[in-house]
This record gives sequence, structure tokens and C-alpha cells, in this order.
Amino acid sequence: MPGEKEIRSKIGSVKNMQKITSAMEKVAASKIRKAQAQMEASRPYADRIRRVIGHLAYANPDYKHPFLNERETKRVGLIIISTDRGLCGGLNVNLFKRAITEMAEWDGNGIEVDLALVGAKAVQFFRRLGGRVVGTVTHLGDKPSMNDLIGAIKIMLDSYSEGNIDRLYVLHNEFISAMSQQPKLVKLLPANGIAEDREELQANWDYIYEPDASELLDDVLMRYIESQVYRGTVENFACEMAAKMVAMKSATDNAGEIIDKLQLQYNKARQAAITQEISEIVGGAAAVQE
Amino acid sequence: MATIQVDIVSAEGEIHSGEARMVYAPALLGEVGIAPRHAPMLTPLKPGEVRVEDTEGEEHYYFISGGLLEVQPHLVTVLADTAMRGDQLDEATALAAQEAAEKAMEGTMAETDFARAQQELAEARARYLAAKKLKGRGKRKK
Repeated sequence: MPGEKEIRSKIGSVKNMQKITSAMEKVAASKIRKAQAQMEASRPYADRIRRVIGHLAYANPDYKHPFLNERETKRVGLIIISTDRGLCGGLNVNLFKRAITEMAEWDGNGIEVDLALVGAKAVQFFRRLGGRVVGTVTHLGDKPSMNDLIGAIKIMLDSYSEGNIDRLYVLHNEFISAMSQQPKLVKLLPANGIAEDREELQANWDYIYEPDASELLDDVLMRYIESQVYRGTVENFACEMAAKMVAMKSATDNAGEIIDKLQLQYNKARQAAITQEISEIVGGAAAVQE
Repeated sequence: MATIQVDIVSAEGEIHSGEARMVYAPALLGEVGIAPRHAPMLTPLKPGEVRVEDTEGEEHYYFISGGLLEVQPHLVTVLADTAMRGDQLDEATALAAQEAAEKAMEGTMAETDFARAQQELAEARARYLAAKKLKGRGKRKK
């Protein structure tokens, strides 16, 4: 049995670890709220832009922007949004599993895949396993900014305009609740779905366009897609924090269990030492008496 | 007096929202002033200043690095860009992302090894589940 001192130092180091995991848990919990607020904040912009696109598409039925046209698919673009750091349970593993499943299916149908990766974990993963990666963005920090993302998105949009890819998807974790996150695949291009909501567009009026409608549509669509990817990034960050909070909570609990066990061992060792000492004294006294 | 609702939003959040008498914005073809009941209009914005004159007659200034302006008779929406734009700038960021990718993927194959990926993920998943199970058992003992 290990000595008292050894056990005591073990308990000390587990306690230190527990302090760290519980601090990380609290930090993650406070960051969830901020991330959720960021998610909310990006909504009005996306809603507005979608309305404008709907109107533009409705007002110009003769002009078909390539971003709205369905075409035969030979190659797809996939933007995968992962986390930069680990210690967040099975979040990234689930995401990559979904990515691999989709990619394998496309591969089976003879469709090639171009990847744009957001987050260091995705880069690590595909670095090990290979893939046609055309753009990466890492180290976005606590507050992902549009500035960091547009580069990777532009590569994909250009690739689509040039006809290299025929579809564009984004894959990220969806924030269902603090306890539950799920990988979600969203089709960005062709964006034919967004222009179909025509309910409030019955009114018979059109914008004055400056300079002209087609160029504007280009601008609007690009920004819409950027805002979608941005939203995905922010949402994924909220998921990361939620998963981290849960993972760190269970790590803290586990540390507590280990400490209890070690404490028990320590008490036993201490008891054994005392018993031994007493029996030695009693034995000694008996020997003197005789 | 007629007023007009002005919303300035960016992808990262709402910047301004409120009633106003007049809005001035740096449109691509020159500065425009929007009064209530302006005809519907859509135009890109240059980097510059959006000026909102509110119902109290007070002026609010917002610097935007570009964006879009949507006007409806009682509603003006400025969709502000959060990022600095411009063809050259966009090109540069795209190039940076591409270079980062090339650097990160140096020496790896262009084909994804699906079999290995699936195996690795299954392993990771199994490890994760095993750890969870272990934890449950610890609790029951207690």
C-alpha cells in the first residue's frame, strides 16, 4: 500500500486539476450566452437580405443569376466549420463523421469534393487523411469576424462562378440546446430556395436600381452567402462552448470521485499506521513487564 | 411631420434603429438623401458616412465600410459591411486563405482516405462512449 505522504500529494494534484476543469466549465458557461447573443444579432441582417433577394428575383424573372441556377453536379464545394480547440467532448468527431459520410456518398456517385476548412481541428483532421483543400481559416478567437471568413468564402464563390464546383454546402454544428448539438448540412448554392418565398411580394412595384439589377443581385447574393457562413461559424462557437461546459463538468465530477477514493485510501493507510504503532507500544510494554 | 424608420444592420449585429426625418448615405453614384415617402430604391454603398437626422433634429453619424441601401416608402435599411471590402482586398484575403491551405496540406494526398477516416472516427467514438460508461459505473458504486 502506498504511504500517506504519497497519497496526500496525489490528492493535491487531482484537486489542482479539478480547479482547472471547474474554472474552464464556468468560463465556457459564460461564453455560451455571449455566443448566443451574437447568433441572434446576425439574424436581422440575414432576414433583410433574404427579402431583398426574393424581391429582386421576383421583379426580374427574365434575368437568371448563375447563383440561382441548378446545374448538373460534377463537383461540390464543402465548407466545414470546426472548432479551434479541443476539450469539447464528441463535438468535432460527430461533425467529421457526418462530413466523411457525405463525402463518401458523393465519391460513390463520382462527384468530387473541394473543401474549405474553418477551425484548426478540421485542418488537423484532413491533414492526416488527405483531401482537396482549397482554403483554410484558423484561430478565429472568441468573436469570429466576417473579415477572417471572406477569403475562404470568396475562393468557393469564384470557383462556383467559374464552373469548377456546381454546388456549395456548409457543414457546422447546430445549437439545439446547451445539452444537445448536432451536425447540420446546409446548401448555399444554388440558392434557388430563397427566392421562392413570394408572399409579401404581390405588390406591383419595383426598386429604382443604381447602377443595374444584375450587378446588385451579384452583390446581394454574395453577402447573403457570407452572412450564412458567418452565422454558421458563430453557431458552431456556441456549440463548442456548450459541449466544453458539459465535458468540463463531467471532468470535474470525475475528479471529485477520484479524490473521494484517494481520501478513503489515505484514511486507511493512516489507520493502519496508527494501529501498527499502538500494537508496537503495547508489545513493548508487555515485554518490559515480564 | 412625416418620419421614416431607419435600420442600420450588419452581419455582426444591429447598429441603429429608430424613426428619422432624413437619412443621408454614400451611394455608389454619389451621396443620396432619403426623405420619407421616397420611391423604392436599391443601391450599393461606398465606404463613408451615414447620417441620420432623428425626430428631435439631432444628427447621428455612422461610418460604414460599404454595403447596400434599401429604400421603401416608410423604411430605409442600410445593410452595412463589417469587413473592409474592395476587389483587391478581397483578392488578398482569398489568397491568404489559399496559401494557408497549401501550407497546412503540404505533403498530404488530394484523395481522402475514407476507409481510414471511418475507422479512426469509429475508434474515437468508441473511446468516448467507453469513457462515459466508466463514469456511470463509478457513480453506481458510490
